[in-house]
Amino acid sequence: MTDAAYADALLYLDGVTVSFDGFRALNNLSLLVERGEIRSVIGPNGAGKTTMMDVITGKTRPDSGTVLFDGGTDLTRLDEAAIANLGIGRKFQKPTVFQNLSVFENLELAQKCPRGILRTLGAALSGRQREEIAETIRMIGLAGRERVAAGALSHGQKQWLEIGMLLIQDQRLLLLDEPVAGMTDRETEATAELVLSLAGSRTVIVVEHDMEFVRSLNARVTVLHEGSVLADGSIDHVQSQPAVIEVYLGR
Amino acid sequence: MRRTDTMFTPRGWLWFLAVGAVLAIGVPLLNALPASSALQLPDYLVPLLGKYACYALLALALDLVWGYAGILSLGHGAFFALGGYAMGMYLMRQIGTRGVYRDPILPDFMVFLNWKQLPWYWYGFDHFAFAMVMVVLVPGVLAFVFGWFAFRSRVTGVYLSIITQALTYALWLAFFRNDMGFGGNNGLTDFKDVLGFDLHAPATRRGLYVASVIALGLGYLACRFITRSKLGRLLLALRDAESRVRFLGYSVDYAKLFTFTASAVLAGIAGALYVPQVGIINPSEFSPGNSIEIAIWVAVGGRGTLLGALIGAVVVNFAKTWLTGSMPEAWLFVLGALFILVTLAFPQGILGLAGKLRLRPRPPPPAPVPGEEGAP
Repeated sequence: MTDAAYADALLYLDGVTVSFDGFRALNNLSLLVERGEIRSVIGPNGAGKTTMMDVITGKTRPDSGTVLFDGGTDLTRLDEAAIANLGIGRKFQKPTVFQNLSVFENLELAQKCPRGILRTLGAALSGRQREEIAETIRMIGLAGRERVAAGALSHGQKQWLEIGMLLIQDQRLLLLDEPVAGMTDRETEATAELVLSLAGSRTVIVVEHDMEFVRSLNARVTVLHEGSVLADGSIDHVQSQPAVIEVYLGR
Repeated sequence: MRRTDTMFTPRGWLWFLAVGAVLAIGVPLLNALPASSALQLPDYLVPLLGKYACYALLALALDLVWGYAGILSLGHGAFFALGGYAMGMYLMRQIGTRGVYRDPILPDFMVFLNWKQLPWYWYGFDHFAFAMVMVVLVPGVLAFVFGWFAFRSRVTGVYLSIITQALTYALWLAFFRNDMGFGGNNGLTDFKDVLGFDLHAPATRRGLYVASVIALGLGYLACRFITRSKLGRLLLALRDAESRVRFLGYSVDYAKLFTFTASAVLAGIAGALYVPQVGIINPSEFSPGNSIEIAIWVAVGGRGTLLGALIGAVVVNFAKTWLTGSMPEAWLFVLGALFILVTLAFPQGILGLAGKLRLRPRPPPPAPVPGEEGAP
């Protein structure tokens, strides 16, 4: 990997290995994601997709290897909250929004602002902040539903709300773990549009099983298998690789 | 947009002030009527109502941590009792030479134990202002230190409830010991006056009652301010999904610590107002059962709603006063049955029954202007 490529990268993984009881969940994984890029990560079950996200967000520490963010911050030394405050947001597979708070309130809590407890006690929303929340609500397609309790939203809407919370938190790198799982076709399309609209302003890594969705993103695809990169390139390119076909169909 | 960041609607303020005025002005006025009047409120009821006000404040304190932050403290009786002991120590020092042994400095129980000197921790309690600072400081500092260790170690749920029980149990045992210097088993009692006013005079009792109602009102406003702030919404969020809140970059530990400490201070103030009205403070206030009973008041009224906690405290204690008078042996069965019934049938309590259709208690939408709807 050249120095120039390294300097442009927002996220840089090199030689990352994670084992659980002798099972290598990640095996010498190397990955480079550029600023503003949208990247799809696919692979069969157990390929290490979720473990990769765990390593990036500080939930799991790698046994060896390098994980650098934004030109040199070593993520393996930081805990989850510190990594979140660096600008890396994660949407888990199962949507976790605050059920008893409204859509508006969920976004209000996520909005980027001082996190101190006394500052929070005395916080009052400025006009600009209200506007930003309204703007995000429009963006995630929940206009008119801002007073609805998040627990009453449909599964798809919860997923969008959680993406909205990452956006308003002003995270630069979004890790989306199966964002369209359990969504209807229409919702899947809308989600693809939402993710595509982020290209350039945010960097997004999408882990997904839904190949239609991955195709509609039309982004660079990385195929993981047994903890390392099997293939990399456009969707048509990776789908034509014999090794990929072998992994997906050969069993 | 629904405003969640204002404390009350104008109508809410009106209600608050109206109910407050009736309780703080109406009750003492009725009591001051001549005894021949049919409307006269008997003297014995005034401290009883004052006691209810203290219990209601205590219930508010518990609801703040349990109903909003999801921390079920089963040791809030300890903070209440500590506030009560701080007030009791002041009242003891006020007795002076009017005690049985007529010692100007030492309270009777110390003379009885043949102590020659006032223990250092009794210094300063002859000053009212010092005692009042201790009423706030002792429960506050204990809650802060306890919470610091508990929340940073991420002790949650039933484990936290158990160690709060252990806290109050430990204090219960400690205060029983005569060596502690707090009157042992008998506690502190036989008080004469507060700030120079005779504690047995009806006017003093009215004054203490009014002070309790005002403290309850201010406590309600303080809790309302916290729960209506962005911090209040953060507390609800961490009650439901604690790890997600950490992920947003907030310090869950400090949010809990702040709330727990504020709640303990409120409980201490309630205890301090309680003691002069009942005339005694002893270690039984620390008993683990007492703290559990507070949780029952809140559950019956409806946790997660301040008004519910308040109503629950008054309703359950009214039932207790009435039943322990008429059928003392039935009371504990009724209390147990009440707890089971509420848990199984009405998890939202009395207030939840009233507003069952709403997902979360919130002010009712503005009523339509009469005549507007059907008007041509």
